[in-house]
Amino acid sequence: MKPHQRLAHAGRSAVIPLTTVLVAFVVAGLVMLVTGNDPLSTYGAIFDGTGLNWLFPWVAGQNRVIAAQDLQQTLVAAAPLVLTGLSVAFAFRVGLFNIGAQGQYTVGSVIAVWVATSFTGMNPVLHIVLSILAAALIGGAWAAIAGWLKAAVGTHEVISTIMLNWIAIWIATYLFQEGGPLQGKNALGNPVSNTIANNMHLPVIWGNPALQGLDVGVFVGIGAAVVFWAIMNRSTLGYEVRAVGHNPDAARGSGISVPRNYIMTMAICGVFAGLAASIDVLGWEFQVSSADLFSSQVGFLGIAVALLGRNTAVGVVAAALLFGALETGTSAGNLSSTSLNPELAPQLTLIIEGLVVLLVSTDLIAVRILGLPRRLGWGRPEAGADLAQVLQPDDPSLDAAEALRPEPGR
Amino acid sequence: MDALPVLELRAITKKFGPVVANDRVDFDLRAGEVHALLGENGAGKSTLMSVLYGLYSPTSGEILVDGKPVSIHSPNDAIDLGIGMVHQHFMFIPVMTVTENIVLGNEPVMSGAARPAGVLDRRTARKRVQELSDRYGLAIDPDARIEDVTVGMQQRVEILRALYRNARILVLDEPTAVLTAQEITELMTVLRHLKEDGTPIVFISHKLGEVLEIADRITVLRRGKSMGTVPRAGATEQSLARMVVGRDVIFRVEKKPHAPEGPILTVEDLRVLDDRGLEAVRGATLTVRAGEIVALAGVDGNGQAELVQAITGIRAPTGGLIEVDGTDITGRGVRAAGDAGVAHIAQDRQRVGLVLPFTLAENLALRRYRNPPLSRRGWLNLNAFFALAKRLLAAFDVRGGGPETPASALSGGNQQKLCVAREIDSDPKLLVAHQPTRGLDVGAIEFVHSRLIAQRDAGKAVLLVSLESDEVRSLADRILVIYEGRIVAEFPPDATEEELGIAMTGGTVAPA
Repeated sequence: MKPHQRLAHAGRSAVIPLTTVLVAFVVAGLVMLVTGNDPLSTYGAIFDGTGLNWLFPWVAGQNRVIAAQDLQQTLVAAAPLVLTGLSVAFAFRVGLFNIGAQGQYTVGSVIAVWVATSFTGMNPVLHIVLSILAAALIGGAWAAIAGWLKAAVGTHEVISTIMLNWIAIWIATYLFQEGGPLQGKNALGNPVSNTIANNMHLPVIWGNPALQGLDVGVFVGIGAAVVFWAIMNRSTLGYEVRAVGHNPDAARGSGISVPRNYIMTMAICGVFAGLAASIDVLGWEFQVSSADLFSSQVGFLGIAVALLGRNTAVGVVAAALLFGALETGTSAGNLSSTSLNPELAPQLTLIIEGLVVLLVSTDLIAVRILGLPRRLGWGRPEAGADLAQVLQPDDPSLDAAEALRPEPGR
Repeated sequence: MDALPVLELRAITKKFGPVVANDRVDFDLRAGEVHALLGENGAGKSTLMSVLYGLYSPTSGEILVDGKPVSIHSPNDAIDLGIGMVHQHFMFIPVMTVTENIVLGNEPVMSGAARPAGVLDRRTARKRVQELSDRYGLAIDPDARIEDVTVGMQQRVEILRALYRNARILVLDEPTAVLTAQEITELMTVLRHLKEDGTPIVFISHKLGEVLEIADRITVLRRGKSMGTVPRAGATEQSLARMVVGRDVIFRVEKKPHAPEGPILTVEDLRVLDDRGLEAVRGATLTVRAGEIVALAGVDGNGQAELVQAITGIRAPTGGLIEVDGTDITGRGVRAAGDAGVAHIAQDRQRVGLVLPFTLAENLALRRYRNPPLSRRGWLNLNAFFALAKRLLAAFDVRGGGPETPASALSGGNQQKLCVAREIDSDPKLLVAHQPTRGLDVGAIEFVHSRLIAQRDAGKAVLLVSLESDEVRSLADRILVIYEGRIVAEFPPDATEEELGIAMTGGTVAPA
């Protein structure tokens, strides 16, 4: 493809997710309307709350300072979503549904905080790198269990990853509980880990470290997206993963080991989720509590990010930015109470996120009913095909074909 | 014959964007006839019938039933007009019985004061199915479960389903594509019954022989246009083929006398289980030498698929030996088989041969991507992908797309060329071709056959597994017959169809 064709192709594949988001915003706007709020001013306030107004040169003075802080928050929230989104997306591409990013994130958090608060006296930079690597590896190993179960005995990865989520969270609960092995020295009565020393925090590159400025974790997210793209499109592993995802039978017939791909893929997914945990822990959390792990949604949001991002690196980054911005823009502190009751604001995020997931999951149907791609002369969206396969891993048409085969000896 | 046709399509044109799938096609069906619609894949046969069945609305043209113009917007409209369609791929719920599948969507319910409303009236349904089956000689067991009956029986159930919904006209789309030779014979008998009983039939096919066998009149489509309608009387395979492809077609495969050398493939006492754990290959022994085509003939489901899967490494055998040019590859997997020199033209190109959403370049790389120049140290070289694709697309005359076109966009014939190109290009010692011309039109069949013979002449061993006895006899240097998982007979290529047929169905003949 020539560059302008690539651009046109990218533009076409962005139309459906963008339409989805637009529809979600319109429907959420209707919800605001019927609950007696003004959608336009609310959306305006949310936009300002995301800090994206920092990009406008006419925002000046104190507003600009606040906008910068908000934008830093948006990016800090988006970085782990990029990683968990990549985690889910990678699995989608091989035809697996990784519901376990949350659990992989959980074990990653535990290991990251444990490593970062142990081995005192190490070189801080090495120590930080060690903590990140440990979180990535444990995430990978944790996810590989589901891949191995799938490959060895055919356990459905949806079931096994959900179960592993619970196992992860209860292990964490045990470790941090009163008297638990990893409960912090000064955390009497609270299920909280030790606190990471100041020299072990990820360096802040923009903004005030005391106000959770933007740390270097964002580069981990961007780097991971580049790595994702390179593996998927330029490596033999990605080629195999895509072949298995599209057609396991043909892959097998070409000498590709499908079980090996399942295990490898899940391990890579877990690495992404583990990285997400490490940049949160070392970037701004600095300690981990069972309660935080229970209430964390970052792994589950990764599913929505991957769906909206159509399982591509660029799409995942864009979707993570949207979700990160929504989270920041509707957080009670950022949204003026004149626009929307601050207690309702986070619910609005959930409504929009829920609608996005719903619409993305149904876009196969909706788009087909509307006939949009066909009318405009487009082919079938590739990620949509992946999704269809993932949502129906056991393609009934294959079963039907199987059933239609005459039996030997007849 | 009746002057007034029961069905008439007048100047049907159907465009998809700039593509004209049907260009002012006329077609009529008279009472009491079988009218064949003949043409290559992609000639517009299925489009025309989809227009008739209400799946597409025509860009222009009109449809008349019993001389009256009608508008058909959905399959329901078509059914109401008495048009019954039997599709190439059946739509059944496998675990339900024949009767339940037939009445599905149109269930007779109980009526009367003492009976609960809305309850399926199984007895009435079953009786009606039995009556229709007896009347048309369909030999259907109303109580059998769909998953337990043969493909041929399933097709008759489809026909019965159309009749159950009071079809007066039957349209059969490529009905023989999925059938064995025996089942085709049975189908022809059923169709004659139906015709004599007054149900006219539209018979869609790309196979010249069966069209000549069953049809009263034949309309040929080429590239969306009607090439005219001819009566069967006077038509020959040659004359029809000329209409279909627009030039003369060589039917006899021309080949040099074969000069086989040493054995390449040796299979000894091979035993392979099928998906259900039953022994499908039960002690097969065979040899294929360099420079010869050995055809494996047999009725579908006698262990051919499992035998091919074992030789190509997809399925591990439970016993026996497979050697390729002295290398033991028994149960060693697809890569070991490939490394030993086995190439495989898969039976189902869409399901096993190709990754349809992959580009042509990616599909052509499937056997080579692990090695330089396509990849080094785990990283792909896309320029090498591109170069490989350009070379192979040109050498094998694959049309309909470039290296970056998805394989799903190609026609069936070009998809098969893609598979053939990839496998032959791997420079195998043994080429296993499993039904390599299934579903292909005349031109593509000619192409595949010539390539197989070229492989043989280049000193490769070729194992051809085919259900088409014409193909087997015209290509093979030796014919082996497989029956119930064993090689039961060997014939020279000039064996008669009868001899083969008897051996294929387990009859005893003295090998010629």
